[in-house]
Amino acid sequence: MAKAVKIKKNVEEGLFDFLKSLLETEKIKGVFTLKKMDDNGAVSYSLITSPDEFKKAVPLYPFMPVNAGKALSSFTLLGKTEEPIAAVLRPCELRAFVELIKRAQGDVENILIISLSCGGVLSLNLMGDKDQESTVSKYWESVKKAEISPDTRETCQFCENFLPINADITVAAVGNKDLDKEFTLFFNTPKGEEFSKEASGSSVSEEIETKEINDFKKKREELKEKFFKETQSEDTGLKSLVNIFAPCLGCHGCSHVCPICYCTLCEFDSKTHNYPTSSLGSDLMVKGGLKVPSGNLLFHLGRMTHMAVSCVSCGMCSDVCPVNIPVATIFSKVGSSLQKEFDYFPGKDIEEPAPQGTYKEDEFTKIGEQ
Amino acid sequence: MNNKQIPNIIGFLCNWCSYTGADLAGTSRMKIPPSLKTIRVMCSGRIDPLFVLKSFLKGADGVMMMGCHPGDCHYQKGNYNARRRYVMLNDIFKTLGLEEKRIGLWWVSASEASRFAKVTNEYNEEVKKLGTNPAKEEIFL
Repeated sequence: MAKAVKIKKNVEEGLFDFLKSLLETEKIKGVFTLKKMDDNGAVSYSLITSPDEFKKAVPLYPFMPVNAGKALSSFTLLGKTEEPIAAVLRPCELRAFVELIKRAQGDVENILIISLSCGGVLSLNLMGDKDQESTVSKYWESVKKAEISPDTRETCQFCENFLPINADITVAAVGNKDLDKEFTLFFNTPKGEEFSKEASGSSVSEEIETKEINDFKKKREELKEKFFKETQSEDTGLKSLVNIFAPCLGCHGCSHVCPICYCTLCEFDSKTHNYPTSSLGSDLMVKGGLKVPSGNLLFHLGRMTHMAVSCVSCGMCSDVCPVNIPVATIFSKVGSSLQKEFDYFPGKDIEEPAPQGTYKEDEFTKIGEQ
Repeated sequence: MNNKQIPNIIGFLCNWCSYTGADLAGTSRMKIPPSLKTIRVMCSGRIDPLFVLKSFLKGADGVMMMGCHPGDCHYQKGNYNARRRYVMLNDIFKTLGLEEKRIGLWWVSASEASRFAKVTNEYNEEVKKLGTNPAKEEIFL
């Protein structure tokens, strides 16, 4: 059983103090976490090294301005960080980071991973809103009661993997009624336990999977089924797919924010699929008309074959979509079906290769023999 | 699709097996459906899922992926990768409600001319039953 320490403080304050003490005692040299940028409510991921700068850090603030897995990969791409740092990530961001490490896009060696049982993040268009603070406090109320907050992202509302895997330290948040007064830190790994002395609290024996957590999971699973059914039913086919993606501007924002889409030279950003008008002739002869630029559905379906099997359902893509296409829900739906097919859980095991990069000789043996 | 109409089938054939098998079927004067347009690839592992998707979205009524039987790949493991890609495409098509029968994977070795003739004719009939690919008429793709 993981070592657990109960801290008699408000959860946001308590984690802040814990991180600050780590920074002050120089057990770690930097903290990667959310930081308030200004008074307008905007937050962004920052790597903070000085305790002075740390004052404005808000580790558990319910926004995801960028998938932290992608952000961490940006500076561990060429190898581990020189000094030990701590990083506060949400479970899906952690899964994304693990997926990136598998693809040789990051290094976790010198990073102390702190994660939480996650109630979701708020939609990015609420950032900078004048009611931001009240929305955030409403969000925390629903976390305490283990309810699904309607202000969170759609993918968050049906996310059933809200307990972190591979985290060194886990903050128990969901379903804790006294979150304002006390919370529990779980030290899951030997690496995490080294820091347990810094947590000023009493050692307790608790499990992270409480009854509230299990009920919460069930609620979300039900919602997942509902959302998947609503998004695109299986019997409508191409026409409905065209309708869903018809407003797409082709900005490729969804792929640029996607943590799994790591290619620096994306096929769809290249001119590979652009043709001179002379070769559009055959298409025009058959159809009598053509969307320009074409390749809308090819982009989305193509991206699906590239990354859906590793989709961590963080919801960044839907959140940045300027025309509100439910990209994340569709990719999550396709992703969970693919993950079932290949018996793969993205972000679970750093050693397990991604399904496209491996094969087994004795799988799908009936295919091709018909 | 009535019986007289000829569907449009794109076949991605591995150079070392099915392409040679097709050749043998031809020299053995077996009947191959005129609907099949073959594209030679050096290995079934070279068939990018995008090739298949693009054929489908450009209006191909059927897409055949063909490669060597498992264990016989000229490059050791290309067909295993192809198989995973096919499974992935098939699953995506099923989940999104597209007609998954419009894509298929067959193992045909260089000596199996009769098998090549059999699977292409069978698939031709199957595609005829499916009818015209809706993507052919779709402008907003």
